[in-house]
Amino acid sequence: MFDNPVLLFIQLMNGLSLGMNLFIISSGLTLILGVLRVLNFAHGAFFMLGGYVCFTLVGAFDMSPMGFWLAVIGSALALGALAWIIERLMLRHLYHRDHLYQLLFTYALVLLIGDLVKVGWGSSVLSVSFPPGLDGATNLGVAYYPSYRLLLCVIGVLVGLGLWYFVNRTRAGRLVRAARQDREMLESLGINVGRIYLWVFVAGSAIAGMGGALAAPAIALAPGMDAEIVVECFIIAIIGGLGSLGGAFLGSLILGLLNAFGVLLIPEFEIVLIYLMMVLVLLIRPWGLLGKPEAGYR
Amino acid sequence: MNKSITGTALLVLLLALVPLAGSRYLIYLVTEIQIFALFALSFNLLLGYGGLISFGHAAWFSIGAYASAILLTTLGWPFLLAFPAAVAVTALAAALIGYFCVKLTEIYFSMLTLAFGQLVWAIAFKWVSVTGGDTGFIGVAVPEFLDSPVRFFYFSLCVVLLCATVLWVIVRSAYGMTLVATRENRNRAEFIGVNVRRVQLVAFTLAGTFAGVAGALFTVFNHSVFVETAWWSTSAEVMIMSILGGVGSFVGPVIGAAVLIFLDRTVTEYTQYWPSVMGVILLAVLFFMPTGIAGFLNRRRGGTRR
Repeated sequence: MFDNPVLLFIQLMNGLSLGMNLFIISSGLTLILGVLRVLNFAHGAFFMLGGYVCFTLVGAFDMSPMGFWLAVIGSALALGALAWIIERLMLRHLYHRDHLYQLLFTYALVLLIGDLVKVGWGSSVLSVSFPPGLDGATNLGVAYYPSYRLLLCVIGVLVGLGLWYFVNRTRAGRLVRAARQDREMLESLGINVGRIYLWVFVAGSAIAGMGGALAAPAIALAPGMDAEIVVECFIIAIIGGLGSLGGAFLGSLILGLLNAFGVLLIPEFEIVLIYLMMVLVLLIRPWGLLGKPEAGYR
Repeated sequence: MNKSITGTALLVLLLALVPLAGSRYLIYLVTEIQIFALFALSFNLLLGYGGLISFGHAAWFSIGAYASAILLTTLGWPFLLAFPAAVAVTALAAALIGYFCVKLTEIYFSMLTLAFGQLVWAIAFKWVSVTGGDTGFIGVAVPEFLDSPVRFFYFSLCVVLLCATVLWVIVRSAYGMTLVATRENRNRAEFIGVNVRRVQLVAFTLAGTFAGVAGALFTVFNHSVFVETAWWSTSAEVMIMSILGGVGSFVGPVIGAAVLIFLDRTVTEYTQYWPSVMGVILLAVLFFMPTGIAGFLNRRRGGTRR
């Protein structure tokens, strides 16, 4: 197996593209986790809904060559709008309550969105076709690799750079970082922290929707697909460090590569390996590989 | 005090009369409620009394379930040996894993319990030769004396009542008070010399053990074990039962389990959209009844919380 460089290369690419796809989704979660400190179980459901919205929009934009990309943007906007409504109507009334209530609120969303998908799109497996020009494979010298998955890698890096720039180089990003560190201080400086919470939740959910739309051609859409992805996002956020963007990037790569090579090393038990890694990181560095220790963990 | 003893005695009497109604459906329903009531009671030792938000409680339920299935069927142990042994295995696993979990607090504690819970699921899912994997562990060798629904009903009633009594004694004991103290203020409890981690570890182990009893009962009830039981949504469900009933009172989780199981069985007959119904119930509880059904009733009666 290891004497076959082509296979190894393909697995490497599989790991990278899976990792980048996971990063697009989990970057939204890590943003929400870092600022709102809500264990948002609905993030997977938003991802799933994004995929389904993309399916419908692709059908609607059928004739346009840019149809798929418009559908991706549409999914992000739709999920952002949904998150806006949810935050304004419900979630914001729970901020002052125990963690547990917020967590269970997001679980209620999981239940409702799961059924919404079944009502709206049925229980059978759906698939979105590749955008035009990207259904083939690209010659990478060593081997051919599906063009769309290659593009996912590039988009993942672009999303990462874009978010990094936003968080670290803009005024809004500075406010987000401040909200992450000390809500009360920021509030006493006259900043409307509630608005920051709102927009972080909206942006994080829009990213989940976009992630679902982008993943749609590479995977099969089926009800229940949200349960696994949300746990994977948690694993990534934990490995990287709650709220750390670079950590989410690293965590996604580790998870993607572990998935790809775990299959080669210990087929069947690669999933055990992933949870074991989450356990180990939590025990050794609960604040994650790239996160900062909080009070009580120093 | 006297009132609640009378109430409990009446409830037990009523439960004991259930099989006389002659409805097989009712017997099954109430047996299942008993089992999940114990599961929720065990969970609430952590959540309600210890303030520990565990997201991996399904692990103990399923370890108890698989252990009893394996001991009874694969190893062919007699029931009276296999049942306590399965509980002992769960207790040991809970103590071992709990040792690591109580090192962390808050969000990290929840995440670590989730990770261990999923680890248990992954092992149950992949270790096909032992657990049956995706198809489940089917055809558990149930002893003859429990092979009738009525007899199993009384057996599980006795076991659940015994466990509930032990749990009740535990939360009323000095230890139970100390556990509540660690929930209320960890630092102050530490200052007066409480070893918070050890108190939490004991709670974690006890909760895991009683969840294991519930799991072992569930195996005999179903004659099989399915891997879905170990998936994280089971942990979410037991949490919903506790919150719905009310984590602030001892009987709250029992009420929550009864209401949720009853509604599940009833609603599923009319629609496949039970998850939505559960979601709406959950929202209603979160926004309008934060202390759960028990807290709501208590307030109506003019009583105090806890």
